[in-house]
Amino acid sequence: MNTLTGTGMLLRLALRRDRWMIAVWTVFTSVVPLGFVSAFNATAPTAAARQDFVDTSVHNTAFIIAYGPLHGSTLGQLVTWRAGFIPVIVGLVALLLMIRHTRTEEEAGRLELVGATAVGRHAGLAAALISVLVGSAVVSALSALALVSAGLGAGGAVVFGLGLLLTGCAFAAAGAIFAQLTAGAGGARGIAIVVLGAAFLVRGIASVSQQSGGSLGWLAWLSPVAWAGEFRPYAGDRWWIAVPCLLATAALVALAVTLAGRRDLGSGMIQPRPGPAEAAAALRTPLALAWRLHRGALFSRLAGFAVVGYALGAVAESISHLLDNSGAAARDLLAGLGLRGSLLQQYVDGMMTLAAVVAAAYAIQAALRPRAEEVAGLAEPMLATPVQRLRWAWSHFLFALLGPTLGLAVFGAVLGLAHGINAGDVAGQVPAMLGAALVQLPAVWLFTGVAVALFGLLPRLAAWAFAALPLSLFLGWLGAELQLGEFVTGLSAFSHIPKLPAEPLSVLPLAVLTAMAAALIAAGSAGIRGRDLPIG
Amino acid sequence: MTDAISVTGLVKSFGPARALDGLNLSVRTGEVHGFLGPNGAGKSTTLRILLGLMRADSGQARLLGGDPWTETAELHRRLAYVPGDVTLWPGLSGGEVIDLLGRLRGGMNQTRKKDLIDRFALDPRKKGRTYSKGNRQKVALVAALASDAELLVLDEPTSGLDPLMEEVFREVVREEQRRDGRTVLLSSHILGEVESLCERVTIIREGRTVEAGSLAELRHLSRTSVQAELASPAAGLEDLPGVHDLRADGARVSFDVDAPALDDVLRHLTAAGVRSLVSRPPTLEELFLRHYDTTPVGALR
Ligand SMILES: Nc1ncnc2c1ncn2[C@@H]1O[C@H](COP(=O)(O)OP(=O)(O)OP(=O)(O)O)[C@@H](O)[C@H]1O
Ligand SMILES: [Mg+2]
Repeated sequence: MNTLTGTGMLLRLALRRDRWMIAVWTVFTSVVPLGFVSAFNATAPTAAARQDFVDTSVHNTAFIIAYGPLHGSTLGQLVTWRAGFIPVIVGLVALLLMIRHTRTEEEAGRLELVGATAVGRHAGLAAALISVLVGSAVVSALSALALVSAGLGAGGAVVFGLGLLLTGCAFAAAGAIFAQLTAGAGGARGIAIVVLGAAFLVRGIASVSQQSGGSLGWLAWLSPVAWAGEFRPYAGDRWWIAVPCLLATAALVALAVTLAGRRDLGSGMIQPRPGPAEAAAALRTPLALAWRLHRGALFSRLAGFAVVGYALGAVAESISHLLDNSGAAARDLLAGLGLRGSLLQQYVDGMMTLAAVVAAAYAIQAALRPRAEEVAGLAEPMLATPVQRLRWAWSHFLFALLGPTLGLAVFGAVLGLAHGINAGDVAGQVPAMLGAALVQLPAVWLFTGVAVALFGLLPRLAAWAFAALPLSLFLGWLGAELQLGEFVTGLSAFSHIPKLPAEPLSVLPLAVLTAMAAALIAAGSAGIRGRDLPIG
Repeated sequence: MTDAISVTGLVKSFGPARALDGLNLSVRTGEVHGFLGPNGAGKSTTLRILLGLMRADSGQARLLGGDPWTETAELHRRLAYVPGDVTLWPGLSGGEVIDLLGRLRGGMNQTRKKDLIDRFALDPRKKGRTYSKGNRQKVALVAALASDAELLVLDEPTSGLDPLMEEVFREVVREEQRRDGRTVLLSSHILGEVESLCERVTIIREGRTVEAGSLAELRHLSRTSVQAELASPAAGLEDLPGVHDLRADGARVSFDVDAPALDDVLRHLTAAGVRSLVSRPPTLEELFLRHYDTTPVGALR
């Protein structure tokens, strides 16, 4: 039996399990650029207007960090540049799918079950890789088709699609490596998210450097998030980029296969150390257990918020100077695009929303921890002790409410500190940025509420809480880009947050969001009291 | 004697599927009660309802004199539970899990815990994920058995244990029995275990109780197999109540017969003239296998 026997069967299984995920993922990522085509046609219909937009945007560090370098002002260039966050989404889905089909299966013991049948040693890994490849290929083909259907040239469209395909492949291969490292899927996902974040930051640094003629542009080669942009669709169509990308991907796959061959089924490359024979005196309440289970994620999130907050705060000062260069005309254009305030304020807005999204993802993950415990069979022994259900659940929800709060506080304070040092205004900037960060909390808690409500009332659908986040963002973006009006934009929780410090602190939307979060949490709690537990 | 557990007419559906369909169960205080049934019969579901983890659609369930759904915390102080599928927190050592569960329950006997860890040859320092299935089971068993709970609810507690450890488990449960007032409800597929530990058993199938009583009663209730060579073919034998699996080959017959019908059947045989007769008392094995048979309940009774 060769090591790939049974790959076909496993592949069919994987594709079947993922059919909805892949459908949502591929349609979402390929429809978004179409939205940008109509948005640019509406707001900047002439070449001169587009050039104005480019002149402003190349100085907007937040844009360049989020979307990559901007190489020209044709419609194709603008649309594919604006789609520069799509590689992050493709990478995220590729990583999560890979880990889901490899480490999660292994952890659940299902791989052992399959492994005992006539299935080769590497079949699981191969099937997972191919299924992500298939998904990426569909994304790639649909995206290219979408651009062609919008009347943009075929060459650039194909190069754009190719870039996304190779991004998906590279992250799938990276995911295959992370899946070998830890014995738990949670740990592997943690590593994957951190690496993706790092890849995003590296592209940001490289892009800013490229745009400003700096010397760090070569860093782009280290970040698969940047590869799609390096293909330069509609700005030179650099096909040959595919060669180094494919070589790098092949090397990653080879490394994953080597690692997979070196370890035993069920274990990781990183071996857990033995623990104490007796529990510490403090480990005697559900909250103490929750602390044990959540602290790793909490500390790593706090560290991440501090590092990113510092980096983003440190570059903020240079942005406020750009304002003088771009001048009044640029400001008018930004106002025309629905963007208010100074470049610095827009930068702060963008970064605060980004931090809020990360905090919300953390909130959802923490709030769904009891669901994970329930499915793993860990809730049952706890709830067979005198511990009340709500006390158990709330010991986790506490982390879903306070964890993101702490995270945003650290983010705002560190960003304010780093910016304040440069601007010579620490005493002013720290409270200002802290406020701008903390004001996001009601929107973040709303996602805690969604997760808690699903856990209590529709536990089998609890994982869909994660879908609420991109949906909310998507509606916000779509509403703004297509100018669909207040109603659609208003469906995004983040659109209601006042943009401190430039805007006044309006309490009403914050109070409404907090009340909605509280109502959802109350409904979820009632559900937890009344339902069967565990529900598989 | 009062009942530690009494369940009557319990019904529980999961969507369209009926997991429990009028189940009855009574466990007397101080006894070790065997709870048997084929896979999917509803044993774990019953135990979860008794623990207040799931809510019955209808029917009565009383546990230690209380309502398991509304008086959960009070009742849980007095019981210990080993779930059917034992999983442990990946980052916690076995010793930590044992201590934590004991403390949540309101304390446990330290000497007894150490003694049990020794007897089960458990390494309490390993992390949850690195335990083998049997060793995970041992962690849950030590946590439950080291408690001073008056009721032990054990869902297939020896699945995954090797024969040596299974013997240790039996010894420990026998000690529990000797201690005053300890009641054990033991769901199991292992007949030897049930036979050696349990005074009374309840057998369920498709969510219904099909047999309950002491092992002696059950033996009595079950069928005797009879093989006979008759002087003439015994007409009408198949019509007698209590006769099962009749095979007739001319004057040679073999069948199973329910104990209460034995007298009538023998009279029928002697009327036909008996040349030779072999009768065998039922083994428990046969009794269980009969109930584990997968033909629908209606056809069997
Ligand atoms: N949470 C649930 N959702 C849906 N169906 C369930 C659920 N729990 C149990 N069932 C169904 O209820 C029936 C009884 O299951 P239960 O686990 O009680 O059986 P069991 O007697 O413990 O079986 P085993 O000997 O295999 O442990 C089965 O058909 C099972 O599929
Ligand atoms: Mg069971």
